[in-house]
Amino acid sequence: MTPTEGPAGEVVLRLDGITKRFGGLVANDAISLTLRAGEVVALLGENGAGKTTLMNILFGHYLADQGSVTVFGKPLPPGQPRAALQAGVGMVHQHFTLADNLTVLENIRLGTEPLLSFRGAGAARARVLALAQDFGLAVHPDARLGSLSVGERQRIEILKALYRNARILILDEPTAVLTPQESDALFATLKKATARGLSIIFISHKLQEVMAVADRCIVLRQGRVVGEVETRGTSRAGLAAMMVGETLAEAKVAPGPGGPVRLRLAEVSAPGLHRVSLELRGGTITGLAGVSGNGQAALADLIGGALAPLSGRIEVDGNRPSGAWTPQAAIGAGVGRIPEDRHKTGTVADFTLAENTALETYRSRFARRGVMDWRAVRAHARAVIDGYDVRCEGPDQRIRLLSGGNMQKLILGRVMEEAPGILIANQPVRGLDVGAIAYVHARLVAARDAGAAVLLISEDLDEITGLSDVIHVISAGRLSRGFARGELTQAGIGLLMAGQGFEHAA
Amino acid sequence: MTAIWEILISASFWAAAIRIASPLIFATLGELICERAGVLNLGIEGIMVIGAFAGWMAVYGGMSLWGGVGVAFLAGAAFGLLQGLLTVPFGLSQHVVGLGITLLATSTSYYAYRLALPEVTSPPKIEPFQNWEIPFLSEIPLLGPALFSQTPLTYAAFGCAIAVSVVLWRTPLGLALRAAGENPAAVEAQGLSVTALRMGAVIFGSGLMAVGGAFLTLSAFSSFFFEMVNGRGWICIALVVFGAWRPGKAVLVAVLFAAFDALQIRLQQTPVGAVVPYQVFLMLPYVLSILALIVMARRAEVPAALMVPYNKGER
Amino acid sequence: MRLEPIAHPGLARRLGPPAAAIVATVLVAALLAALAGANPFAVLGQIVTGAVGSRFAALETLNRATPLIFTGLAVAVAFRARLWNIGAEAQLYAGAIIAVLLGTGALGSPFVLPVSALVAMLAGACILLVPVLLKVRLGVDEVVTTLLFNFIMVLIVSYLLEGPMKDPMGMGWPKSAALIKEARLPRIVEGVRLHWGFGLALISAVLVWLIQTRTTLGFEMRAVGQNIRAARFAGMPVNAVLVKTALLSGGLAALAGWSEVAGLKGHLSSDLSPGFGYTGIIVAMLALLHPLGVVVSALFVAGIFVGSDAMSRAAGVPTYIADMLLAVALLFMVLAILLTRFRVVRG
Repeated sequence: MTPTEGPAGEVVLRLDGITKRFGGLVANDAISLTLRAGEVVALLGENGAGKTTLMNILFGHYLADQGSVTVFGKPLPPGQPRAALQAGVGMVHQHFTLADNLTVLENIRLGTEPLLSFRGAGAARARVLALAQDFGLAVHPDARLGSLSVGERQRIEILKALYRNARILILDEPTAVLTPQESDALFATLKKATARGLSIIFISHKLQEVMAVADRCIVLRQGRVVGEVETRGTSRAGLAAMMVGETLAEAKVAPGPGGPVRLRLAEVSAPGLHRVSLELRGGTITGLAGVSGNGQAALADLIGGALAPLSGRIEVDGNRPSGAWTPQAAIGAGVGRIPEDRHKTGTVADFTLAENTALETYRSRFARRGVMDWRAVRAHARAVIDGYDVRCEGPDQRIRLLSGGNMQKLILGRVMEEAPGILIANQPVRGLDVGAIAYVHARLVAARDAGAAVLLISEDLDEITGLSDVIHVISAGRLSRGFARGELTQAGIGLLMAGQGFEHAA
Repeated sequence: MTAIWEILISASFWAAAIRIASPLIFATLGELICERAGVLNLGIEGIMVIGAFAGWMAVYGGMSLWGGVGVAFLAGAAFGLLQGLLTVPFGLSQHVVGLGITLLATSTSYYAYRLALPEVTSPPKIEPFQNWEIPFLSEIPLLGPALFSQTPLTYAAFGCAIAVSVVLWRTPLGLALRAAGENPAAVEAQGLSVTALRMGAVIFGSGLMAVGGAFLTLSAFSSFFFEMVNGRGWICIALVVFGAWRPGKAVLVAVLFAAFDALQIRLQQTPVGAVVPYQVFLMLPYVLSILALIVMARRAEVPAALMVPYNKGER
Repeated sequence: MRLEPIAHPGLARRLGPPAAAIVATVLVAALLAALAGANPFAVLGQIVTGAVGSRFAALETLNRATPLIFTGLAVAVAFRARLWNIGAEAQLYAGAIIAVLLGTGALGSPFVLPVSALVAMLAGACILLVPVLLKVRLGVDEVVTTLLFNFIMVLIVSYLLEGPMKDPMGMGWPKSAALIKEARLPRIVEGVRLHWGFGLALISAVLVWLIQTRTTLGFEMRAVGQNIRAARFAGMPVNAVLVKTALLSGGLAALAGWSEVAGLKGHLSSDLSPGFGYTGIIVAMLALLHPLGVVVSALFVAGIFVGSDAMSRAAGVPTYIADMLLAVALLFMVLAILLTRFRVVRG
């Protein structure tokens, strides 16, 4: 937890008065910051605080309305993506910019040589291997990228920046996709990098790791710098207060009332899931923790009917489903589903709000002999809009123009109006602002208190531990046993997330 | 069966197969380049027509044969520019634009042909490319006459395949092109322009398709007539799939395909042809293409970003 | 450059680009006429009078529009569900073949018309079902397969007309025997050269519109077309929807061929369709896939064809000008529609 000795080197990067507006929204409001050689600066802020916009300006993807960028003493021409790269700034994006069907070496070389040149791969390969050795990153240059794990891909991204002689590394929420143990390995790599004189901007909203890794911390809120502190001189609570603007209340809820088992999976296997057993009880929020891509999507699809089990048994309220287990069967059995991706699976962008509220129940509720009753659909949509605080122009507005929070509230309303006995909430607050998050959480708790069995799937451990009555951990398609509130520490969950202790836990 | 066997071991049969394959190789390579960069180019059928017309018209108007090939390439590239503009920066439906380009290029060729030659009843001829016997190599039995006694444009087709293969897999440009078809965001993150890469691929690829069309008029038939491309473009799209988006394999399947075509032409002269209606033979290329698509459907490694428009800054 | 969605496009934004597209198309027409050495204004005028300038011309346009409404509807229905049916030409010929098979005496008189219409629709549907099943079962892209079916179908027709279906009285021409009187579509008004195929096309357009807007199937077809993943997640029977769409689309395209044979020609020949199946794509796209819009755009497209034919005879400008104009109109229009919803911004 001790930050490296601040070697207060020369200033390598200076952002001066950066302002960027999108229509009426001010994404960046006169932001200034400096970065010194060998230093790790954390850029801390809620979603939508303006971190990503700022980095897009630095990288020339957006043009700033005002302000300038200086790298190693030279001003950076605005709006030219290559300029930042050539000046020695490397970025590791949250969503990796790698191509699955290319090899590791191809991914690293991409864009490093003049397009119209012809050079063998030998020199490039040697350089990649040397860098990998130097920074302690194991790689196979000829492996297909698609065959690598998420942690390995991130290493390739870092290697890619180093290969381009980056002296300044920018990491955008690098630990969002990592296990706690993989995160520790990443931090070790970063230490090696700063020891060699590299400078790092570390974008995050996780206080604990900011405290662990950064020398200095700049807090953004609503597009403005609201504070800048040495991490030694502050605490998590202090940072959190700066970030949200008020002291955080304890985010815990009272235990659920409990109830009978509504859904039971017994030794179910499916693509991505290995002999999973799970009980969801009424009046209970069951939290599912795990690193992204370990079978959460498959489990949600399985319960929601989108994925058929290969073996094992599914029971709803003690009965096995009579026909094939399909989305219709699941909806009919009282399973409500809040999908992981609002845009791609939750809604049809060019449909109206009304049409989107009818997507799942158009046959059972809004049609007679195959003819749609649009008046009923519209009335229903109005009820959802009013009942779930959806800010919009009305039921006939196309949903693509809604903000993420309002879209999610509409989906929430669509599901809740069916009074589901079982509710699968897959990443229900991802990408939402603080107010919408609180709203969605309150609704989930209300559904639980009304007797629903809620399965909450999230990659945010604080969310899981704050809301759940029972916690399961998923790793490589296997599910741990359920742990009661307070039975596990975050570190204990982290170990399970990394796949340790499953033989005993299962 | 013996009839088929006799056909298969004759040098003239394989010479014909290579000849029939040549335009397909050009056009398939062109389509392959477009698709590798992420653009499905359904303009191919019309671009082959404009290539056939423009190349022929240039030569008929007094240019050299190679000049005609150049004109065909430029004509194809011009329509490629239009296809690229509409589908890449504007991100319009590649299906709709492609079909529109095919109609536009085809009707432009016919319109221009009628304007240039309003009165002709039988299509005028030009002096086409002649066979080049490659010394020594052309004297190898079977292989010699089949491979090394062709027109220069056929040699160019095979040369082109090698060049495309080298560029795609051995140069930074090829790497960037393939990456644009796999994950455009990765390309953009390196400061390269996805738009420029895809535009370049579509323009150059379209030029190659047009040269494929020009082969028909400048090397195979020596005159231009309507309906002469006759679905070859669509077949080339199937060949790209069948060739798993690789130039080497694409050449192989084009030759294989052409061999079947040459075989059906010869079978029509045999006793089989007397019993089976000739339409059945003519159908074979299309049926084969469909079968090829079925066989490859589950296996092929489609470029991940094929038909996905890329809009900068959109996440 | 980058495209930025416009949240609330104003009137100028919604009407400006399409109007510009129309003007640009007219300018291209004038340019093409000038290239042919003709007076652009005269040529444009002759196209208009050739299409609607007389009772005869107008009826000719309506007759020409009839198959285009059917193929336009077929394409619009399929594209709406993002099913790329480029094979309307093949389905059209399937309908035409049935009209001859059942209409030359094989069937008793009172039922010939309805029965052969239904069987024709079924035949067209079956032709499209093959590529669609290949798509949903094996993942074979339907664009190329439906296209290739067109070429196969034309050869089948050629074989039939030279073999089994050849008219013995045809003086050696490859055409079928004539339909019996009971199998012919009657004229809408006695003495006016316009058959009931046109009426049937209008009724079909209204029916398709009702299906798309009022029924669960229409809701499903639109959802599958807009976002197949969301449709699947919501529990819609996606594959069944695609198959039903194919049946409807193929059936409509078949009616185009059926009504050309039963209404206009009275027999089948290999030049029955000058590419009605392909032109249907343009008709549907110009109508923005709206079933009622298809009627309007089919009339427009038919007018261009009929008008250009007449103009060509008078002014000596090649008739291919019609195809060029339609292609140009299509490309301008898809771009214009995009620009009603997005603005082009730098950076």
